[in-house]
Amino acid sequence: MTATASFARSIIETSDQIFVLLKQWLVSFLPAAWQPAAGVVLCVAAIVGLFPALFALTTVLERKGLGRIQNRIGPNRVGPLGLLQPLADGIKSLTKEDIVPARADWAVHFLAPLVLVVAVFMGFAVVPMGRNLVLVDMDAGLLFYFAMGASTELAIFMAGWSSRNKYSLLGAMRAVAQMISYEVALLLSTVVVVMMAGSLSLTKIVAAQNQYTWGLPHWYIFTPWGLAGFLMYAIATTAETNRSPFDLPEGESELVAGYHTEYSGFKFALFFLGEYLAMFSVSGLGATLFLGGWSAPFSFLTWVPSWIWFFSKLMLSIFVFIWLRGTLPRLRQDQLMNFAWKFVLPMTLLNLLVAGLWRFMGEGWERWVLCTAILVVAYVVMGRMGMRREHFGPRSYRYAE
Amino acid sequence: MFGEGILKGLAETARNFFGSFVSAERLTTVEYPEQRIAPFEAARVFPFLVYDGEDWLAGLRCVACQICEKECPPQCIFIEKSKDKKPDFVGKPQSYPMRFEIDISVCMSCQICVEVCPFEAIKMDTAFELSTGDRFGGLLLNLTQLAKPNAYYRQIHPTGAAEVDARMAEEMAKAEAKAKTATDAAAKAAADAAATKAADATPAAGDASQSRPDEESRR
Amino acid sequence: MSLIFYLIAALTVAGGLAAVLLKNTVHCALALTVAFAGLALLFLNLDAQFAGFAQILVYIGAVAILVVFAILLTKGSETPQGGVFSRTWLVGLTAAAAVFAVLGWAVIASAPLLPKAATPATAATSAMVVTPAPAVPPAPAVTVEQIGRALAGRYVLPLEIVAVLLTAALIGAVIVAMHEKEEAK
Repeated sequence: MTATASFARSIIETSDQIFVLLKQWLVSFLPAAWQPAAGVVLCVAAIVGLFPALFALTTVLERKGLGRIQNRIGPNRVGPLGLLQPLADGIKSLTKEDIVPARADWAVHFLAPLVLVVAVFMGFAVVPMGRNLVLVDMDAGLLFYFAMGASTELAIFMAGWSSRNKYSLLGAMRAVAQMISYEVALLLSTVVVVMMAGSLSLTKIVAAQNQYTWGLPHWYIFTPWGLAGFLMYAIATTAETNRSPFDLPEGESELVAGYHTEYSGFKFALFFLGEYLAMFSVSGLGATLFLGGWSAPFSFLTWVPSWIWFFSKLMLSIFVFIWLRGTLPRLRQDQLMNFAWKFVLPMTLLNLLVAGLWRFMGEGWERWVLCTAILVVAYVVMGRMGMRREHFGPRSYRYAE
Repeated sequence: MFGEGILKGLAETARNFFGSFVSAERLTTVEYPEQRIAPFEAARVFPFLVYDGEDWLAGLRCVACQICEKECPPQCIFIEKSKDKKPDFVGKPQSYPMRFEIDISVCMSCQICVEVCPFEAIKMDTAFELSTGDRFGGLLLNLTQLAKPNAYYRQIHPTGAAEVDARMAEEMAKAEAKAKTATDAAAKAAADAAATKAADATPAAGDASQSRPDEESRR
Repeated sequence: MSLIFYLIAALTVAGGLAAVLLKNTVHCALALTVAFAGLALLFLNLDAQFAGFAQILVYIGAVAILVVFAILLTKGSETPQGGVFSRTWLVGLTAAAAVFAVLGWAVIASAPLLPKAATPATAATSAMVVTPAPAVPPAPAVTVEQIGRALAGRYVLPLEIVAVLLTAALIGAVIVAMHEKEEAK
């Protein structure tokens, strides 16, 4: 009996740590001096291989999902169920002509997609994808993540400026303005987690959430401030990744394709890759910060390998991204900015206060009631204030009549 | 105001998403090369020339009057009139086209040629799979490619073809009646046979031109 | 130290020089970003994680963008035809030399206090750098947590003063912008 139990436990343990063990096994073939470096290279190769593969899968899933939302079938021609579509797309973008506009700044034009993709890839280094499954367990992991995220703005600006195209430049300016505005909200919405976990290290943040009461996990989303923080985080990251409904920088109807208008072939594919990688990256971080990272949703499910939980949470949020894209129309520029500075930012600041209150009120039901009440009241008041100045009626056009 | 509109929208799209898997009437996509829908009678693509009988050259209704060529807004029709004449369906001698070409890369499917044709000779086709590897010669249709039998016209536009057939039968009957009166008159006044024959041609031509305003008002 | 330090230092100095010497203003701004990145790498090389990441977040993520925006939103972003040196280059050189002298003096004066002399300031010759070099000896690694505790504990008053100052500046900027808008009407 105990033998079977211990065997089962070892199976669970192995499946949970399979990637770590695999790495150790592969590295053990090398001389000892090379082992640490080889281990890092192996991890980097895994990240660089895995996420583009996930990107390929996501593009086809997104197209099919959007199709279903619009009562269409979606791509189904290449391969079974259209699953080889990304392969065809990849071949297409690899074999396409790489056009650099005649008056473009070719050096900056060339560097921009590289800087973008590299900066986005760097973010994955600190996100724990399972128990012990993190490339660099950094003390200031969250700070590192946001430092890398901030670098992408410059890449987008480089792309837009170097193309010498008014659409590109306008798209880049929009993107940068939008990303800076929402970055403030993004940082502030994650600060509550840091306040509670008492660490910037993402592994420690996950460890702090990986506890159970009555079989339920201590995820931060299940607290008033955590839920508010998560919603703000979701809004800010959607804007940060230039996803619909915040996809003004590449608004097809007015800007052709925004900052990557003048990119073709594989450089365009790199931008596309960067956008989706950023999506995975913020989804992974969101799962880590608010959804308990790799921890299981119920204590009786802890035997399932941790990396499965992480990636299912990641894919779930990707699904929500697609769902939102299929539902919401694009915002106008002034709506976007008003939303950022007059709603999201005040809410995140208030959420900081609420988190402090939660911390110092101690255990008990009072803090649940008080924190929820503050947030709900603020939400209702801000909603009403936001609507007060809006008057809906027949629109008047100054010049068109 | 509080985001309930967003939730409503999300619910709607979710209903679409899951509904498209369970209910067939939601998913209206026709996967074209394998699945086809029945062609619509009112569909029109590019014009073709109608001929009666078996031999297309003999039965061609077109008399090379060149009205369509002149009326065509994008000027995609080219007609070369014949020097000699051949009898049409009522037996009247008419010119016929030596060359009749339509550049379907220029044609805009406006159907004006069909409207103006007094002889029911040019009609709109419903064939749409016209892709070709040669974008100049391949899209310039000549007389051989344009001529299609009346049976085909009946098949693609049954209503329109029935109207046209009825009208043509009427004309034919009129022409026959006229010919009969002419032969009767010829039998009566055998002496003036040559004079009557000359008179026969003029009213028949008048009949043919009469049908034109009729047709236009009907359309 | 050694090789990696010299590589990063060369990168930083090259970035700084390019920022001064390039003709195109946007190229200058991008070169300046390279210098910022080099500095951040220097901080990281010295195990000063917080300073390094804050450098990237603030300087590359915000200041560089601000510089770029300022260039694009003001006139004179065209590439000058002639030389890039202004007529008052002598004054500029003097100012740069003075800043360098102060920094060098500070570093040399603080050297005896440290167990091992950390010399990141040598790379700080590229004029724009005003970031205080972290007086962090490499041996006792300062964690982010310690910095946080120090900021929220001993140095809370300066922190709050800086925060109030920045808020005042922000409100002032907003008021200035709003005032202009009303006048324009």
